[in-house]
Amino acid sequence: MNLSKPALYIVLLVVIVAAPFLLPAYKTQLATLWLMIIVAMTWDMTGGQMGYNSLGNIFFYGTGMYVAAVITIGMVYDVGDYTNAAGGGIYAFTETQYFTGLVLGCIGAGLFCALSAILIGWPTFGLRGPYFAIGTLGMAIAAGELVSNWEWVGAGQGISMPNYPGDFETFKLLIYFIFAGVGVVLFIFLKWLYTTRFRSAINAIREDEDKAEAMGLRTLTYKLLTWSMAAFFVGIAGGISAFQLIHFEPLETAYQTINLGIFMVVCVLLGGKGTLWGPIIGAVLFHVVKEVTWNYFLGWQWVALGAIIIVTVVYFQDGLMGWLKHKRPEWFGIRVEKKDQIVTEPAE
Amino acid sequence: MDQIIGNLDLLFEFPIVNLKIIIDGVMIGALFALAAYGLALVWGVMNVKNLAQGDFVIAGGYTAWWLVQQGIHPFLGILAAFIVMWGIGWVTYRLVISRVIQRDLFTSLLATFGLAIMMAQILNLLFGSDTQSIQLDYATFHFADGLIDVPAAKLMGVVMAMALAGGVILFMKRSRMGQAIRATAQDPRAARVMGIDTEKIYSFTFSLNAAICGAAGAIIVMAWVIQPFYGITYSIRAFVIVTAAGLGNLPGVIAAGLGIGALEQYGSHILGIGYQQAVAVLLLLLLLLARMLQQRRQRQVLK
Repeated sequence: MNLSKPALYIVLLVVIVAAPFLLPAYKTQLATLWLMIIVAMTWDMTGGQMGYNSLGNIFFYGTGMYVAAVITIGMVYDVGDYTNAAGGGIYAFTETQYFTGLVLGCIGAGLFCALSAILIGWPTFGLRGPYFAIGTLGMAIAAGELVSNWEWVGAGQGISMPNYPGDFETFKLLIYFIFAGVGVVLFIFLKWLYTTRFRSAINAIREDEDKAEAMGLRTLTYKLLTWSMAAFFVGIAGGISAFQLIHFEPLETAYQTINLGIFMVVCVLLGGKGTLWGPIIGAVLFHVVKEVTWNYFLGWQWVALGAIIIVTVVYFQDGLMGWLKHKRPEWFGIRVEKKDQIVTEPAE
Repeated sequence: MDQIIGNLDLLFEFPIVNLKIIIDGVMIGALFALAAYGLALVWGVMNVKNLAQGDFVIAGGYTAWWLVQQGIHPFLGILAAFIVMWGIGWVTYRLVISRVIQRDLFTSLLATFGLAIMMAQILNLLFGSDTQSIQLDYATFHFADGLIDVPAAKLMGVVMAMALAGGVILFMKRSRMGQAIRATAQDPRAARVMGIDTEKIYSFTFSLNAAICGAAGAIIVMAWVIQPFYGITYSIRAFVIVTAAGLGNLPGVIAAGLGIGALEQYGSHILGIGYQQAVAVLLLLLLLLARMLQQRRQRQVLK
């Protein structure tokens, strides 16, 4: 066990690095897979570990996109003029400008989203259970509607990002590795975080918030911290997506409530809530099934998606990890004592 | 910004415009109240928060619209939508809802959200994404030098909504079935002890809810427009109304419904028509915030 674990991680790392070279035709799909893994893992931080089921985490994705775009464009040109021209050719970006924009834009997007999570979380964390889900869903929808009326960022037209200065295949590779890098950092961060007392604190909030508070836990601080950490990574992922997609618009791409916004929840439920590996496995499973089958449905894919959600929620809510935990408890370090092995103490 | 101030000025310069907005808002609000009543019924009786509520409305609207295209009288279309949606509601209950009643609330919320996506997409595939409406050649009444115009179709729609609501209320108050539903809402366990088949009550209530929504949709398509993806906004409006009024508070639901209708018309008048959906959602956020502050004063949370 002690030797096999590092070996497993090394194999995984090799697979991650080699994947875009082994499957050169699927670089974009692989990058999207990393996006799904990132949003699923961050959703699980609040949804699985803390018991706050947000339906509005897509808000941070969309906001991240817009912040990254505004930073990148705003460093060189006036944003209002740029969006007015709707990506007309007069606005050129040099190589340095592009890469500074990429780095600063994504980091700025993460920081902005982390901050907005604290600002939004302060009022919304007074809502519990289904009210929190509906409230955050409303927030995401409202943000999409408001941005699609905001002329300065291109309103319903959206924003066209500058083109990558160079070869398109290299660009795809670059995007893949940025996504993969963020994903690996997130994984290492969460693996560490889940060994600390922080995890016990947020799990206590999930199990019984009132009791946790009575024990002296500052629940609001923990909730805000957790959500803003999740928002930081989702914001970065949004920023990278803005560069990857080149053109995006508010309702269908940025604040895509019914696509990615609900995919992340389904991924986590498929894999298993409240586990480290569950969201990753769920995201891979969901993404592979989606990419393989989508083409055969011809317009019915969204109906199929609705069906997947219903079936997952109704019949398979514990997810793969929950099912494994039930079947093979010893893999999770849970010792099950057989009935005849229990030695009963003689009653005094 | 100038446009917003201009729109505000208009309200003060011509007070009669206020009346027009309120009349428009109250007429559509009556139908919001109908859908919200269905939601309150399901929420109160089986503790399921149905996010597909708006899609039932839209599906009912398309049923009526399609039948009218086949040459049926629009008023029969309402009846047909009621019956068809009753069936769809029953099937939905059997397949999905009956399995999530005993589970936590997020499960039912997510399952009905999946249902909402599915229904919107099926309607989109069947009928296309254009907005649809039934053209009725009834007169339009004009008041105040033509500033206020009230189409007879909308008035009839409101009257029919009222009749339907009255019928449902009478049914809930007077019939044995209504009594059993109310008993189940109060205490399902006690109701079972008294010999009420709660499973039957649940399936009946959910079907009734879908049928009410369907009839509301059929009225909406006669005087307003529908589109496959309008469903989620109707669901959110229903949530706003029920959250504002509370469960089992029928006068409250009606008042909140009319109020939301009027507020939404004001919002889209002042901010511009592009903000109509945003106003509906922002009302939800404002309301949740207000309710939360109200609870916080008593050191409670909204759950």
